[in-house]
Amino acid sequence: MSTVPFDRSTLPPDLPGKRRNIKLGDVVLRILFWLLVIFILIYTIFPFAWALLASIKPNADISSTPTRYLPSEIYWGNLDYVLHQRDFLYALRNSIVVSVSTVAIALVFGSLAAYALGRIKFRGRTATLYVILAMTMFPAIAILGSLFQMMRRFDLYNTIPGLVLTYMTFTLPFTVWVLANFFKAMPGELEEAALVDGSTPFQAFYKIMLPLALPGLVTTGLLAFIAAWNEFLFSLTFTNTYAARTVQPAIASFRGNTQFDEPWGSIMAAAVVVTIPLVILVLIFQRKILAGLTAGAVKG
Amino acid sequence: MKRTDRRQASIGLLRDYMAGRIDRRQLLKSAAAAGVLLPVLSIMRGASPAFAQDASPAAGGEAGSTIVVPADLRTDLAGATIAWMGTSSQDADLPFNEAAIAKFTEATGINVNLINGESETNLRLQAMRQQFAAQSSDIDVYQIDIIWPGVVAEHAVPLQDQLGAATDAMFPGIVEANTVDGDLIGIPWYTDAGLLFYRTDLLEKYGVEAPTTWSELEAAAQTIMEGEQAENPDFTGYVWQGKAYEGLTCNGLEWLVSQGGGTIIDVDRNVTVNNETAIAAMDRAATWVNGISPEGVTTYTEPETFNVWTAGNAAFARNWPYMYSASQESEATAGKVGVSPLPKGDGAEDTSAATLGGWQMFVSKYSENQEAAIEFVRFMTSPEYQTSYAIERAHLPTIPAVYDDPAVAAASEFIPQLKPVFEAAVGRPSAQTGDLYPEISTVFYQQLNQVLSGSKSAADAAASMESDMNAIFEDE
Amino acid sequence: MVHHAMRTTDQRSQVGDCPTWLLKHCGVAMSQNVPAGAVVSTPDGQTIKVSDRPQTSWAKSRERLGWLMVLPSLVIVALVALYPLVESFRLSFTNARLASAREVENIGLRNYEYLWNSDTFRIAFGNTVKFTVFSVGIELVLGMVIALIINSQFKARGLVRTAILIPWAIPTVVSSRLWAYMLNDNYGVINDVLVNQLPRMFSWIPLVGDNIAGIFPDEKIAFLARPAFALPSAIAVDVWKTTPFMALLLLAGLQIIPSDVYEAAVVDGASKWKQFWQITLPLLRPAILVALIFRTLDAFRVFDVIYVMFGSKVETLTLSIFTQNALVDGDRLGRASAASVIIFLCIGVFVLIYTRLVKVEEV
Repeated sequence: MSTVPFDRSTLPPDLPGKRRNIKLGDVVLRILFWLLVIFILIYTIFPFAWALLASIKPNADISSTPTRYLPSEIYWGNLDYVLHQRDFLYALRNSIVVSVSTVAIALVFGSLAAYALGRIKFRGRTATLYVILAMTMFPAIAILGSLFQMMRRFDLYNTIPGLVLTYMTFTLPFTVWVLANFFKAMPGELEEAALVDGSTPFQAFYKIMLPLALPGLVTTGLLAFIAAWNEFLFSLTFTNTYAARTVQPAIASFRGNTQFDEPWGSIMAAAVVVTIPLVILVLIFQRKILAGLTAGAVKG
Repeated sequence: MKRTDRRQASIGLLRDYMAGRIDRRQLLKSAAAAGVLLPVLSIMRGASPAFAQDASPAAGGEAGSTIVVPADLRTDLAGATIAWMGTSSQDADLPFNEAAIAKFTEATGINVNLINGESETNLRLQAMRQQFAAQSSDIDVYQIDIIWPGVVAEHAVPLQDQLGAATDAMFPGIVEANTVDGDLIGIPWYTDAGLLFYRTDLLEKYGVEAPTTWSELEAAAQTIMEGEQAENPDFTGYVWQGKAYEGLTCNGLEWLVSQGGGTIIDVDRNVTVNNETAIAAMDRAATWVNGISPEGVTTYTEPETFNVWTAGNAAFARNWPYMYSASQESEATAGKVGVSPLPKGDGAEDTSAATLGGWQMFVSKYSENQEAAIEFVRFMTSPEYQTSYAIERAHLPTIPAVYDDPAVAAASEFIPQLKPVFEAAVGRPSAQTGDLYPEISTVFYQQLNQVLSGSKSAADAAASMESDMNAIFEDE
Repeated sequence: MVHHAMRTTDQRSQVGDCPTWLLKHCGVAMSQNVPAGAVVSTPDGQTIKVSDRPQTSWAKSRERLGWLMVLPSLVIVALVALYPLVESFRLSFTNARLASAREVENIGLRNYEYLWNSDTFRIAFGNTVKFTVFSVGIELVLGMVIALIINSQFKARGLVRTAILIPWAIPTVVSSRLWAYMLNDNYGVINDVLVNQLPRMFSWIPLVGDNIAGIFPDEKIAFLARPAFALPSAIAVDVWKTTPFMALLLLAGLQIIPSDVYEAAVVDGASKWKQFWQITLPLLRPAILVALIFRTLDAFRVFDVIYVMFGSKVETLTLSIFTQNALVDGDRLGRASAASVIIFLCIGVFVLIYTRLVKVEEV
């Protein structure tokens, strides 16, 4: 499970698309291949495009029969409503605060632990690694009830710090696991040079290795951010007002702007608002994310 | 005729506002000048919360202008401060209730902090449980759903001594639902009940009467649906709430009670749902799915019902009273909506049944200002307040006499028609099941939903209901 | 034996202190008995003073550092995961509730007995298994197709790779609501495509067009209401959302297969089809295994997709939704804990298998 860069030079020969003498069978194969590619593109992109369209359609278009594919006019009312809805804005703010703090804390503690697990041999290291690995596959639902009680006992129910703490259950083990792989794969010479130079091992960590691991930190941080941003169950269960509730449960229970309207317009507008930053992030950092994803083998 | 004109004028004004042709201040000014302020406000009630919130400062002098403070409120508690977890920030009722609080404070000297509650019912209950678990005195007064008295009884100040007399004038069924082990847990604030909506134009077109029995409803829905589908393939006969959620318990209870199938659990906590009449009632509802009702009805909640209805795609609908005024804003249904009690069974002894909804005022036993809190509840449930709430916000009073007030009839002609419905309204079995009610209801709607979608026979489902409900009681 | 490598030199080129165990990294060939305080020279002419501190103390301080650095994370994990897990086990034998003054009693195995006898729980278990098997199975096949496509050299491969990241980036809650809208029985776009657009498109094909068009349904389908379609709809949404992840894992596996293996096969005249079955698939086995196990674990604890689309509908109830309902709506902390212990044990078995298959030290 090492990090695999997407390097074209190491690619095995292609399957159907390779150039050679043209035969009828090849032409048919190639047409089928391209049809398949087009199908996959439509399959993956269409639903999101549909949400984008719905968010700028007038409400009548959204629920019209037969289905209207392109908006009869561009209508900003739903996006405008969503962006002025107090509770939704609170939820957005909470999501940003919770996700950013989760990532920050997970990276600070995670990088410490990952360095130790990746580069220092100590007794109990393997056992610790097993525990961390097991934690990345932990079913959140298994601790829902007792976590609920714990949150109430410590007055953390319906608070942002409480939510951040519970988000550690899935971000921290993941961060440790992925970063440990990063540290392990890094060349050791510089670290040793630092040690030779009289640095303490800890200085070697934060002066030399940590800056070097920055790409890994960015990747891991991004993945942890996406996981925290998309989390639903904990936010649904451990919050009950918009003092701490994040956007996912807000969208799940989104009722639209009036009882007169088809709510789909506002739901799709809210969905687009929540998703677009994520899609942009992912598209910008796609190479880093691909590498991190496969290294961690953890679903975002 | 005159009423329609005013409504037209108000809709025109609102359109201008929405399109940005006039601003909020102009809207309210023109509305007042045209004498259509009331319709504008009543439309705004359902309009976007943001819109209503925006309107509140400018409308400050208007919202709550009809509120009269009862003369008998105590003034010796002046200076006390209480907190009410009430109207949500998304609710268009907010300006009215803020105005009501201001008048209450002016008259009694008691300060009231309005803490905005959640708009979603389940979240509100969760928030309350949270406060109770911490025995918090932060909130003195809550609003509770009609099915919660049993759930929250152990945290209540019993109100029969101070406010029992006031409830004598209220619908007995509603007061009954608020009584747990002889204690009055909540004071009815406003109410709701299931109603049958029908399209007056279509009944006329096909020459059918408004149905009073389920058989008549089935026949009428079938006739109209077959006729209309020639032009509109999306047209359906009857829409209601069939998703696996609390709303299905409300629908199901109406089917059972109106055909003599009992109330799921009787007053002595015996599970009665597994009887032949109840099974027949459930089977009957299952035949509607993909017949007079769309197949998708088993995923419908109120908004879905509402959408089909206001699109003009159904002949009949079961919903709460709010849909009446809302129907007037849709082109397809404006002026074509009739309301009646829900149908009953064919038996001579069968009577129409409407499941009771609505909200009550509740005083927490952890409150440090119980006297002041009770005084606030007295005000919020008084005939004076309820009259204004009905006139300005079209909320249904819990006091029968208020329905006869000509001012109420003038503001909302359909409200007086509903009085007989509430007199016959049925409570869900929440009082006798107490804090087990949510589980009982979950069993009922989960099983019933399976019957409706054809996964299970009504007989099997009724047997499962009985054994699961008994298991819940045993496991208490 | 290598003492001749040691010589004193001037202070300028001396690099610094170095523990003996590090010397070999600096290229100094050495034996165990380099005295502390001695100065050694490296092949590139630099000199190093061997640390005065004995080796054991260095190792110890480094080990201590290791523990110190791991500790905060372990404490957090213990607090938010291990402790609640132990609590869940304990509570599963009680009748605890979340908000009630009722006394908490030990009731032994009663909660488990209740679940064993509960039809609803059994249905939830069956649904969870069905969901897991079908969603993971379909994702594997589809993911393999996509991975093979991206791995072949054609112009638009970058575009495909970017496109498949979109479903992955969309929050599950959003994708559920989006698909619920698309699957609507009345105005959903999928019904329109199936009933109106596709038949119209195919009927243009000469000769067989009308026959193909006839395959499509005449009437709109209530995907979310009809029991036979409910769970498959949920699976379809999950497949859409997570196939990209599967494809990326498989792609990573494909890219480490050395190309000379294929070259040899081409020389032997093996067809592409044969190459896939005889080379690609066997060499991809480890990647497939990892992907399968990760997805199985995810699918087994499915919550958001189904909860958002169907709420508490029995036909689509899963173990996680059952547990959440018992906890939040039913207020039965003890029973919910018992259900979650069962989920945990099921997943625990997978985790055991997984940690056996992927040896930690090799990672």
